[in-house]
Order: sequence, then structure tokens, then C-alpha cells
Amino acid sequence: MDDFLFRAGLAAVGTALAAGLLGCFVVWRRMAYFGDATAHAAILGVALSLGFSVSVFAGVLGVALLMALVIHALSDRGFGMDTILGVLAHGALAVGLVAVALTHGARANLESYLFGDVLTVTQGDLAVIWGGGALVAGVLWWHWQALLTATLSPDLACAAGIDPRREQLVLTLLLATVVAVSIKVVGALLITALLIIPAAAARSLARTPEGMALVAMGIGGLSALGGLWMAVLLDTPVGPSIVCVAVGAFAVLTVAGQLRKMRG
Amino acid sequence: MSLIAAEKVDVRYGSALVLHGVSMAIRKGEIVTIVGPNGSGKSTLLRVLIGAIRPQGGRVLRQSGLKIGYVPQKLHIDPTLPMTVRRFLDLPGRVTNVAAEAALAQAGVPGVARQQMAGLSGGQFQRVLLARAILSEPDVLMLDEPTQGLDQPGSASFYRQIEEVRRTTGCAVLMVSHELHVVMSASDRVICLNGHVCCEGTPEVVSAAPAYLELFGTGTGGALALYRHDHDHHDHPDHHHHHHDAAE
Repeated sequence: MDDFLFRAGLAAVGTALAAGLLGCFVVWRRMAYFGDATAHAAILGVALSLGFSVSVFAGVLGVALLMALVIHALSDRGFGMDTILGVLAHGALAVGLVAVALTHGARANLESYLFGDVLTVTQGDLAVIWGGGALVAGVLWWHWQALLTATLSPDLACAAGIDPRREQLVLTLLLATVVAVSIKVVGALLITALLIIPAAAARSLARTPEGMALVAMGIGGLSALGGLWMAVLLDTPVGPSIVCVAVGAFAVLTVAGQLRKMRG
Repeated sequence: MSLIAAEKVDVRYGSALVLHGVSMAIRKGEIVTIVGPNGSGKSTLLRVLIGAIRPQGGRVLRQSGLKIGYVPQKLHIDPTLPMTVRRFLDLPGRVTNVAAEAALAQAGVPGVARQQMAGLSGGQFQRVLLARAILSEPDVLMLDEPTQGLDQPGSASFYRQIEEVRRTTGCAVLMVSHELHVVMSASDRVICLNGHVCCEGTPEVVSAAPAYLELFGTGTGGALALYRHDHDHHDHPDHHHHHHDAAE
């Protein structure tokens, strides 16, 4: 197998595993729009990193973190969160696109930041992706019980001495990390898809939160490989192909789950 | 020494003063009920005590290492979150199968461990919440309108279960309720709340207090009297008859 294909496969699988795991919390806590806002901010990060000649990963991580922290701060103030997130998500995308247009040299590569360009990943990218993914998995493992309790009910968490705001902040920071490691693989527009779709597809197969997380990671990983294969076969862009396979898995599993439920 | 106490607690939501100057305490092993009309700050006070709301004025004192078992008024589990009863009992801390089964039995729902939380009836769900709360071996059990949505026999049996839990574990119980007659009869002490503490004392004292009667009218006092009349001895015939008359 070609070296670049092997690297692409590793990058796609690593990203999908981390996103599938974290994506369960995004689904359980209804943070999809939150994910969108953070991911769209990544485009601004790309423009800034090209403008100031720093690594794209660092620029994206920085801006995504900033966006995540802004949302976290606002989420306690009782604004209409849905609207605020909509403004931030689309505002970040628009500002990012304008910034890219103004940045010399970034415009040519715009598509690769919007939809990913996994076939060009380097050894260094792989280290960032698997390192970031391991960090996300480690922190989730460490905070798992507290995060689940806070997800079920902030009051239950408080009564048990867990600070739900702190757990929310942990998730927020992890989300920014996943965005930063995913941008090369699926691009800013489809990161939320990689978070949500495997988790949603796993729902009908799972009886416990842990079961759902494992199945989501499995579906994510298989979608990554299937999407890469489809891209090579049909000469389609890799990121959207991965998402297509994941959507297919979601459709099949959800329909099968409904049929099983109807049969009792 | 009280387990947990509020001292002159003030809570504001925006410009509305929900609690002002509320002081109360719970001692070891007693059952205390907070009653009050809708919007009187009952749930807010409970959330202050568990630490979910930071009061703008006053403070909450807890015995160090105090363990609270909290049963919320309502727990919405997102349909995307699969959760068996057994897994739920493992939050926030893991427990053994033996302990989990014992807690379910004590809460009156043995054998539901493998079911999904979403598939439980309202009564079963509340009892599973109670089982989870007692698994941490709390010093004080706090319940926010625990029988909302249950019919009268259902809530009566739920309260009996709580008295049973108190009897076997010795934990204190703090309840919020508007089901005055059922709840008050099970309480050692009643706190009548309407933004501030209107009156406080044994069920008999509170139900005769002018502040209580002003809030709830004489009808409910009569209901309490009737309930006591049916279930207690006639040790204070005059007192009871007074309320009995008032109810009619």
C-alpha cells in the first residue's frame, strides 16, 4: 500500500476515534451548535496562522479555544443560547472566510481547510492527531463519572460535590482540541458531523453510556476507513466521503433499531 | 450541632428577592419538611443547601464531610443517553451489585436493575432516584417534591418508604412538599416558607400558627387535623376539634 494512503488512513481513524468518543457527550448534552461554532472559528484560525506564519494546528487550536471559552462564559448568563450560538457559529465562519480572502496565499487552499485534505498529512500531523486524541481519551477517562453525573443533572452533581461548571469547561476545552486535530482530516465544515453522526448511529445499539461510546468509536473508525476506500475508488474528496459512510451507517442502524423495537 | 444550616440566606433572581433572611438547620436523624405556596422559594432553598445556588447574602454551614443524598423534583434523561437502572446507581461513585440490589429493595423496587431508566413508570423512577440517593450512605437525604406525578396511594407509600429509610439508616431527611396533610404527619418539624421563614415547629404547632393559616387558609389545617384524627390517638382532643370545626 502507498505510504501516503497509509498515513491518511491512520490520520482519519485517529480523528474519528477521538471525535466518536467526545461526540457522545456532544449528543447527550445537545452541544451540536456549540461544536459548529467552535469548528467554524477554526477557519479564522487558519487565516491567522497563515497571516502570522505560525503552524496551522497552533492557530486553529488557539482560536477554537478562545471561541469555546467565550461560549462557556456566555452560557451562564441566561441569554437565548440557541440564537447566540447561531450568531457565533455563522459569524465565525463569515469572518474566517473574509480573513482567508485577505490573507495572501491562503485563498488557493481554502477548500482544503473547509473540507479537509487528509491525503497530504505528514508524520508530524499524525503525531498531533494521535497525541491530541490520546489526550482527549485520557481526560475523558479521568473525568468520566463526574462528567456523566453532571450531564444527567447539574443539581445531582452539586449535591455530590462535583462542580458542573468545571465539568462543562473540561468538555469545552476537549472540543477545541478535537477541532484542532480534525481540521486537516475533515475540514471545518464537517467536524460536527464526525462528532455527532457516529454517536447518533451508536444509540440504537447501546444499553449504557460506555457501550454507546465504544460503539460510536467503532462506527467512527470504520467510517474513516470506508470513506477513504470510497474516495480512492471513486476519486471523491476524503472528508465528505467519510461523513457519507457514517450517515449510511446511521441510516441502516437506526432503521434496524426501529424495526427491532416494533417487533418487540 | 446541626448537620447543615442556612444563616440569613438571601437569594435574588434578577431583581426579584426569592429568599430573604432565611435561617434554618437540620439536626441528626430528624425529618424536616418545608411547606409553602408555589413560588415561595422552597426548591431554591434546597438548591442553596446542596450548593447549586450561591446565595447573595448569608451563608450555608455544613458539618465537615457531610454527605447529601439528593432526590430532585424531576430528572430529565435525554433520550440519546442510554442508561440502565444499574448504571445509574453507579453515579457518582461505583457501588457493588449487592449494595445496588439492597438499595433497590430498600426503596421498594427490587429487580429493576437491568431495565432502562426511560422504561420505568413514574413511581418506579422516583424510587430508583431514592435508591441512588441512599447508596452514598448520606447523613441527610434531601427530597424536592418527591411525589409529584404520583397518585395519592403512590405518594403515601413513597413517604412510608422514606420513614423506613430513616428508621433503618438513621439519616436526617429534608423534604419539600405541598402535600401538606400527608407530609406533615410524617415530619418531626415543619418549616413554613414564603420567601422568609413564616413559622417553624412540630406539625401541630405550625398548623395552628396564624402565619400558616394565613398562607394556606383553614381548610388545609383541617385536613391535617383530620388526618391526625384518623391515625393518631386522641391525646389533644381540644386542639383537634378546633381544626376539625374550622374545616367545616
